[in-house]
Amino acid sequence: VPRTLPELTPENRHVWTSGATGRLLISQCAACGYWVHPPGPVCPRCRVRGITPREVSGRGTVATFTVNHQPWEPGLTMPYVVAIVELVEQAGLRLTTNIVNCPPEQVRIGMPVRLTFVRDEDVYLPMFAPDDGESAGTAVDGTGR
Amino acid sequence: VIRIGERDAVISGVGQSTIGRRLGRSGVDLSVEAVTRAVDHAGLTLADIDGVSTWPGYQPNSMGMAPVGVRDVKEALGLEVDWFCGGSETPGQFGAVFNAVAAVAAGFARHVVCFRTVTEATSIAAARNSPNPAGAVDRARVPAGSLLHWQMPFDARSAANILGMVANLHMHTYGTTRAQLGQIACTLREHAARNPKAVYRTPLTMDDYLSARMISTPFGLYDCDVPVDASTAVVISAAGCAGDLRRPPVRVEAIGSALHGRDSWDQRADLTTMAATDAARMLWRRTDLKPSDLDLATLYDGFSFLPLAWLEALAICGPGESGPFVEDGRNISFGGTLPLNPHGGQLSEGRTHGFGHLHEACLQLWGEAGDRQVPGARVAVAAAGGGPLAGCILLTSG
Repeated sequence: VPRTLPELTPENRHVWTSGATGRLLISQCAACGYWVHPPGPVCPRCRVRGITPREVSGRGTVATFTVNHQPWEPGLTMPYVVAIVELVEQAGLRLTTNIVNCPPEQVRIGMPVRLTFVRDEDVYLPMFAPDDGESAGTAVDGTGR
Repeated sequence: VIRIGERDAVISGVGQSTIGRRLGRSGVDLSVEAVTRAVDHAGLTLADIDGVSTWPGYQPNSMGMAPVGVRDVKEALGLEVDWFCGGSETPGQFGAVFNAVAAVAAGFARHVVCFRTVTEATSIAAARNSPNPAGAVDRARVPAGSLLHWQMPFDARSAANILGMVANLHMHTYGTTRAQLGQIACTLREHAARNPKAVYRTPLTMDDYLSARMISTPFGLYDCDVPVDASTAVVISAAGCAGDLRRPPVRVEAIGSALHGRDSWDQRADLTTMAATDAARMLWRRTDLKPSDLDLATLYDGFSFLPLAWLEALAICGPGESGPFVEDGRNISFGGTLPLNPHGGQLSEGRTHGFGHLHEACLQLWGEAGDRQVPGARVAVAAAGGGPLAGCILLTSG
């Protein structure tokens, strides 16, 4: 059974496909600079329209995580790490993701991580690897697949 | 001045179907059993029922999570209704109850039957035996509007993954331990021994708990509730109808339905709390009663961590203090300061999905809880939901 991919819409497409260029685009309010995720048509803080996809640095920290051991369906490779990563751009700007290229037992809350992508059909899934100062490289293991 | 409109509503009866693993009965069949029992318990007849409410309504391909809607029950029983409502975009499972409370307070209906039906045990078993498990036929995508849109692509496939992350952060922040989570599982199993309807009644030791296989850290097997087939119903009546009823009704003192934080699993400002905090604050704003007035609590336990979250949300414990509060089990056992889920909760009775907690709170306040009765119970809080889903209700004996 393959991974369940996201339905793409005009509103979310930049988040799920910008990895094709090696960058991650997140919606940002052009007026107040607030990062808006999940993306929407208006800034929920200043209520101004004019949301623009902007590149983020790809740096963040592990806000929290879980190590999954349960084979929910055929096709999964256990264990794998599901995490919530907070991006450095804004307090509370977070992505649920996988931590790759890192043994599950070494993942820690507060650990610095860096962006990498896993391509599946037309979707570039933003995943994160330990930030050792180098490029995160390609995801070798830990994707759950 | 706040008008406390929920006090114009009462709970007049409760009913529940058989609870079981793989009963092989249809959802509507179970619903009819629960609804007719609840109506009879209230001292009413089906002709008195002029409203129907359910959560989350019928949903296709729900694997037994949402097999029955308003229409099924209305048509099966030939009900003539002046008001009805079913849907999932509410403050958790109790949204169906809050809508009914509002309907009788507004005078749209006099007696609303609210139900929640699940056939998850039968549906999961059927999928396991099918050559084409649900979802394997084509590569369906998770809809953009789904609450799990940003989770599913990373194989965060279960609430165990998502709430496991909240529990892990709570442990990291406050020093909450697995043994404290385990005390919830073991204590509720003790309680279930007094409940003939509970699916699991054999004692669970801390060794059993700690040595069980891991599901998603920090949750092992016994941190997760058990899917069942069951239907639970409550009748919400206008307070002015109390004279028509079989027994003094349970009074609705206050409800909590607020969601001030983000409607999301991962964007809430403080990830150690959940929507429960917003809902519980609203509840206490609407009453002069205090947490110290509670005689018992029936708190949602889809996972062992969730009662801890609700204890803190409801200000029964301060932030981070719920682990020590439950640690030796005494506070939350019979005879303790706040008996928790006397029926055994979803961890041991089965996943009746919130309505079992409301059913139990009412039985306790009526003094009809049999071997598990909390003596002299007069004030109870029932709470349902986790993550962005949360609703709670404060009840008093009539």
